[in-house]
Amino acid sequence: MENAVLRTERLNAYYGESRVVKSVSISVPENKVTAIMGPSGCGKSTFIRCLNRMHELVSGAKIEGKVLLRDKDIYQMESTLVRRKVGMVFQRPNPFPTMSIYENVLAGYKLNGIRLKRSEADAIVENSLRKAAMWDEVKDYLHRRGTFLSGGQQQRLCIARSLAVKPEVVLLDEPTSALDPKATSKIEDLMEELKESVTIILVTHNVGQASRVSDYTAFLYLGELIEFGPTERVFTVPKSKKTEEYLIGKFG
Amino acid sequence: MNKERTFRAILILVGMILSLLLLAIFLSLLWGSFPSIKALGWKFFYSEEWNPITNKFGALPFLIGTLVTSFLALAISFPFSLAVSIYLGEYMRAGKISTLLKVTIDLISAVPSVIYGFWGLIILVPLVRNIEMKLNIPPYGVGIFTATLILSVMVIPYSATIVREVIELVPDDLKEAAYSLGATKYEVIKDVVLPYAKSGIFAGLLLSLGRALGETMAVTMVIGNNNKLPKSLFAPANTMASLIANEFTEAVGNVYLSSLIEMGLLLFIVTAIINIIGKYIINRTTVQMRE
Repeated sequence: MENAVLRTERLNAYYGESRVVKSVSISVPENKVTAIMGPSGCGKSTFIRCLNRMHELVSGAKIEGKVLLRDKDIYQMESTLVRRKVGMVFQRPNPFPTMSIYENVLAGYKLNGIRLKRSEADAIVENSLRKAAMWDEVKDYLHRRGTFLSGGQQQRLCIARSLAVKPEVVLLDEPTSALDPKATSKIEDLMEELKESVTIILVTHNVGQASRVSDYTAFLYLGELIEFGPTERVFTVPKSKKTEEYLIGKFG
Repeated sequence: MNKERTFRAILILVGMILSLLLLAIFLSLLWGSFPSIKALGWKFFYSEEWNPITNKFGALPFLIGTLVTSFLALAISFPFSLAVSIYLGEYMRAGKISTLLKVTIDLISAVPSVIYGFWGLIILVPLVRNIEMKLNIPPYGVGIFTATLILSVMVIPYSATIVREVIELVPDDLKEAAYSLGATKYEVIKDVVLPYAKSGIFAGLLLSLGRALGETMAVTMVIGNNNKLPKSLFAPANTMASLIANEFTEAVGNVYLSSLIEMGLLLFIVTAIINIIGKYIINRTTVQMRE
């Protein structure tokens, strides 16, 4: 396997007493799209929330095991720093309604109290929006609020917002589940381009999406990692019976 | 079926009676104000002389007294009510401490205002008098400053309750978005929660203001009841409400009584408008936020 940028070692995650992620060890290769798939309730969202320490925001939540970002334990780092290095895009597009498109892209800087020079700010906004393939659509409306944008555009704005702080990894938590097919395929195309500059971890319950966009696929079932490998191999010759059943739609 | 209809009719009737009552209060105030409006005209609003003996009735000292005490009280209470709201709405939504705090806030608004006045006379007035002696100004103890302090305690619940509710309504996914960008809790509150809750906070302030403008008993007891235009923050003064309470029973003469009623009408209109705007903003923002 190529360079692993992010690794988990026997990661367990709990809500109170219930263990929802069970001893998952995985290595996420750099500049690839890694899909985490599984039926709903299998712990895939909880799993990626451990990767940027969002899991601990829920009261009663805790983890065991290790998450290493470039061999550094993220649970020994400042949580705010971890979250800037490991960005996140959520199921439902959530641009800040009180901010303009421009301010939304720069929200990561504003929230962290980092002041930018005007030229720097402009460059980051343009660059991030270009990466999210929406510069041409919104360049004339930068100072309007993002609420008039379509769902797909809002989601791409959220992607631009997470890219703006230059993360090493971006976690996409079912980013297209609230979008129509056209907007979905646009975001899927986008992932293909994005992985040149950033490592992507995609949570999806959509088998087709995993097969279309990912290079590696992990299959999670009831909190356990059933199978992990190159997408092509997982989809053509799955090692586990469970994976096979899931892929042909026996459950899920 | 008949029962249904009777029941409904009773409900409608009760509602109508209440609305009519409010209208009647307004109309009788308006009616009672006519002699004063006729005799004094606009002068009522800008004249600073209040002298029943010479039949001069200017409301300016009381307008000023009301506005100064109310806005100062608002300014003093706001940091407290905002802090309590943030704590209850964002940090500690449930648990013993938050229940205790919520009950405390409810009780602050439940204490009869005469008790605030009483407490003000016994505790605050001597305290303020001491301060005034140190500052070398006439040590009345009573006055605008004392009234403001009492008022600022009394109005806290009115904004704290609303602001807490609005803060609780800020969607979790916005806060999550901010956390995922590396924001700390303080930054999330400052840059996401408060801007989002802005109009609700403003509405809370308005409701507090409406309460402060109309508060009578406690203010009357500690403001010093002086009918001259106040010259300093520590000067004894009067508010519109406290003047009415003080002088209504002894108001002899048509214009004297009528000018007090006109003052009441003014107070009625101003507080009604402020409350309506406040409630309107709250309705609009909570509906928007719940969507």
